[in-house]
Amino acid sequence: MSSRALAFLVPAIVILAFWLMSRWEARQGHDPTHKSFFERNGTVLGIAFVGLVAFWTLFLVTLPYLYMVVESFHPRLPPAKRGGPEDIATIAQYTSFFVNPTDGAWNTTHMYAFVYTIVVSAAVTFINLCICYPLAYYMAQSGTTQKVRLLMLGLIVPYWVNEILRAFSIRLLLASKGLINQGLMGIGITDAPIDFLGNNTGMWVGLSYANLLIMIFPLYNAIESLDKNQIEAARDLGAPWWKIHRDVVIPYAKPGIASGCTMVFMLAAGSLAAPLFLGGPRTLWFTSIVYDFFFQAFNWPRGSAYAFILLAACIAFVMFMLRLFKVKLGEAIR
Amino acid sequence: MTSGTVMKGMLGFYIFLFFLYLFGPLMVMGVTAFNTPSYPQAVPFESFTLDWFVKLWNHRAMMEGLVNSIIIGLGVVVLSVPIGLAASIIMNQIYHRARSLFYLVTISPLLTPGVIIGISTVIFWKDAFGLTEFTKDTFYKGIILSILGQSSFVAAYCLLIIMARLTRFDRAQEEAALDLGATYPQVFWHILLPFLKPALFSAGVIAFLSSFENYNTTTFAILADKTLVTVLAGEVRQGTTPALSALAVIIIGLSLAGAVIYEVLKRREEAAASAMKERARLAERGELELA
Amino acid sequence: MSAGVELDGVTVRFGNFTAVNNANLNIKGGEFFSFLGPSGCGKTTILRTVSGFLDPSAGHVRIGGQDMAGIGPNKRPTALIFQNLALFPLMSVADNITYGLRVRGLSRADRDKRATELLELIALPGQGQKLVSELSGGQKQRVAIARALAVEPQVLLLDEPLSALDLKLRQHMRNELRAIQQRVGITFIYITHDQGEALTMSDRIAVMSDGVIEQVADGKSVYDSPETAFVASFVGENNPFPGKVASASGDSAIIETPFGKLRGLNPKKLKAGDNAILFVRPESLKLGKGPDGSTFATPVLNAAFEGNMTHVFMKGAGKKNITVTVGRHGGTAIPASGENGTVHYDPALGLVLPEGKMARE
Ligand SMILES: Nc1ncnc2c1ncn2[C@@H]1O[C@H](COP(=O)(O)OP(=O)(O)OP(=O)(O)O)[C@@H](O)[C@H]1O
Ligand SMILES: [Mg+2]
Repeated sequence: MSSRALAFLVPAIVILAFWLMSRWEARQGHDPTHKSFFERNGTVLGIAFVGLVAFWTLFLVTLPYLYMVVESFHPRLPPAKRGGPEDIATIAQYTSFFVNPTDGAWNTTHMYAFVYTIVVSAAVTFINLCICYPLAYYMAQSGTTQKVRLLMLGLIVPYWVNEILRAFSIRLLLASKGLINQGLMGIGITDAPIDFLGNNTGMWVGLSYANLLIMIFPLYNAIESLDKNQIEAARDLGAPWWKIHRDVVIPYAKPGIASGCTMVFMLAAGSLAAPLFLGGPRTLWFTSIVYDFFFQAFNWPRGSAYAFILLAACIAFVMFMLRLFKVKLGEAIR
Repeated sequence: MTSGTVMKGMLGFYIFLFFLYLFGPLMVMGVTAFNTPSYPQAVPFESFTLDWFVKLWNHRAMMEGLVNSIIIGLGVVVLSVPIGLAASIIMNQIYHRARSLFYLVTISPLLTPGVIIGISTVIFWKDAFGLTEFTKDTFYKGIILSILGQSSFVAAYCLLIIMARLTRFDRAQEEAALDLGATYPQVFWHILLPFLKPALFSAGVIAFLSSFENYNTTTFAILADKTLVTVLAGEVRQGTTPALSALAVIIIGLSLAGAVIYEVLKRREEAAASAMKERARLAERGELELA
Repeated sequence: MSAGVELDGVTVRFGNFTAVNNANLNIKGGEFFSFLGPSGCGKTTILRTVSGFLDPSAGHVRIGGQDMAGIGPNKRPTALIFQNLALFPLMSVADNITYGLRVRGLSRADRDKRATELLELIALPGQGQKLVSELSGGQKQRVAIARALAVEPQVLLLDEPLSALDLKLRQHMRNELRAIQQRVGITFIYITHDQGEALTMSDRIAVMSDGVIEQVADGKSVYDSPETAFVASFVGENNPFPGKVASASGDSAIIETPFGKLRGLNPKKLKAGDNAILFVRPESLKLGKGPDGSTFATPVLNAAFEGNMTHVFMKGAGKKNITVTVGRHGGTAIPASGENGTVHYDPALGLVLPEGKMARE
């Protein structure tokens, strides 16, 4: 168990760092307004606050992540042998992503699935950005208060319906006996139903459909605070509409765009429902592979390693977006 | 002139398409809930029926799942809202330098795919609860793991919602109460908490709904148990039945009702506020005449 | 009951910025005492130090003779009226007023009784169940005062309480505040940057500038016998004539200015050669020729007729103009703009003070 105990060391170091930081700041000259945390909240409340937050950040956030990472560096063993002499640190789970452990060949299936997942998620993110931007702009800049409120309501209501049922509704629409195929055959465009689910159209639509709202709200919030006069001024100067967007609105809405893209990408790449219910039978979605390691192969270490690879990809994407739009994390997520 | 009309028409068409995309699938699904064929279809509409709602009511697994979902939802509210509150207060008081690190840690669950939260929750708590026989038997349960796993990110939502209101708190109110002799805990209970009440309420609603709807985290954390959503997922995987459409109709109906109630309450509140402002204006005028 | 407040070498620093520098004061029990100074001079800081929200970086605050070090704001016999009032918007007027009693554990019935009395005192009888947002500015003001008085403080601290009010109402509330103070008889410490307020209401005034208390005196002395160039230029209108002391004798001095040698009182006992400024108020200057040593000439720029008086602006030595206020029946005709005008004054109304920082216009 000793290597697993490592997971506990990191948070301990972080807490120590926090404590040292507070000591150091307290030492930085006398601040007449300063009251210690426990003075300001009372002992009982202070302890309750710190306790709750410590429980959350340690036991619900950092420790499980770290523990998962540690797990991914372990071999797959039956429960009886865990912590035994065979339970040594290994990177086998990670190499198995590249090289198939059974036959030593390149693990093209998994690598392909990974790249496919990332590319599709990024594409869906971009599509949603394009679909949502005009509406967000309209709501934020030209809609009347009444109208905007109604539109908001219209946007929110469908989202009370959960992800699974929303995927189900798309499936009903796109199935071979579904309304769209009925319509296409009715007007004679095709005579046999098109297999929208088998060719992954369903999955694309499902991923986009599930995350529309996630994109529109950050965009709306960002554009809303833009001063209307700036747009008027640009228009007065004779800028065509696309230049106004390129030079005024989009630069201003950057934090909203970064935030929306980050969230949509993360949710798409991590989604299970759409690929499962709307994808073709041969579609290999990376999240589904992770899922199968847990529920079919019962290979937790390898599943953990794959989950970590997915997490790393998401973090990389977030960093990339923040760098691309030159915004800080705090601006992007509010 | 004409280009303006064209633009307007295009905009209207675009908004129409957008909402068709948003509502179309749901409406089609809604129609299938009332149509007799056992394969959910909207057209041709054979004849009207409510059988699918009855089927839904008699679906044992789904009802069990519903009960579990509600328990988990309430558990998540009870755990996440206080955490969000505590975290927002700490965030507000913490030293500048430490704040960004604290922010990063607390916000990270929102940037992590739900699947990974579910996996890490199971792996960690299996060993943590597995330390003793007693904790393993009492706590290593799907419902408890789901509450813990979901709270990890739901608490972050709560933090953001409560934080947004807390930053608008006027520190002078706190000082006024202190100056009148209140202790710090009294300030918290008498002044700060009532001020935050609307945010706490929204946080609670959001927490319950996001827990209720969650699939990605729950599907791991629920272990051998089930929630409404995991049962649904199983059903959708196996095939399609209009009973699912019926469920969607109920959910949409409930949320529309909720939206209407919310709107009415909000209107009433606004009316009361403007009446108050009017009275203040009258009082102001009366006073100026006196002075 | 009322208690005096003593500041003993109080210094407050924020990082390496000194907001209050070595303040020494003795405010008597039952006094209406004002702090007057421009924005940012440290008035609020002093008040917050007295009420306990700030700890002095050096020095002591004593209230009723007792050192307040280590005693929190909720334990001090002071009550503060905030610049923005800080009424509790979610409580009714009565609950606002009796909040201090609630945290002291008084029963609902006792509190209601006290609320009725206090509402009577502030002339808002029967309005206890209203919400704060239903009140006018002046009513809110009075509720804030009642809320502070409810806890029977020995010292009431007021931070520019009238600044948010309409001008007409402000005049009215001045009288009311003064009346309330006389009725309850406790010490009032009042902060303002409005000299009219300070002069009309206070028993004594401390004039502050950049964290330093420049002078403590009653209103008349502050106006008539300022001790520093800052006070002379901040309180009321004044005409400065900077120069060098040519000679000093007895209680007067002659100062060499760009307008020649001019005479004034020399309360600070400056000696020949010292840098100094002669101050003469606009209403002390008269058009026309007087004795040598208190007469000078300079071009008239323009004149502003104000009904009961006329301000004549004349060219000064520096950027600042010289203002002469001429009464309705001043006698002498006002020269046309551009012409040279001769001005004189009574040397007993001129004041020679050491050179120093002046108030910004
Ligand atoms: N917490 C603080 N940290 C750093 N500097 C501060 C703090 N509080 C006040 N100051 C500074 O101290 C100086 C005095 O502030 P103070 O609020 O006492 O001024 P004031 O005389 O009340 O002004 P005003 O008339 O504008 O209210 C100002 O320059 C202000 O910037
Ligand atoms: Mg101030």
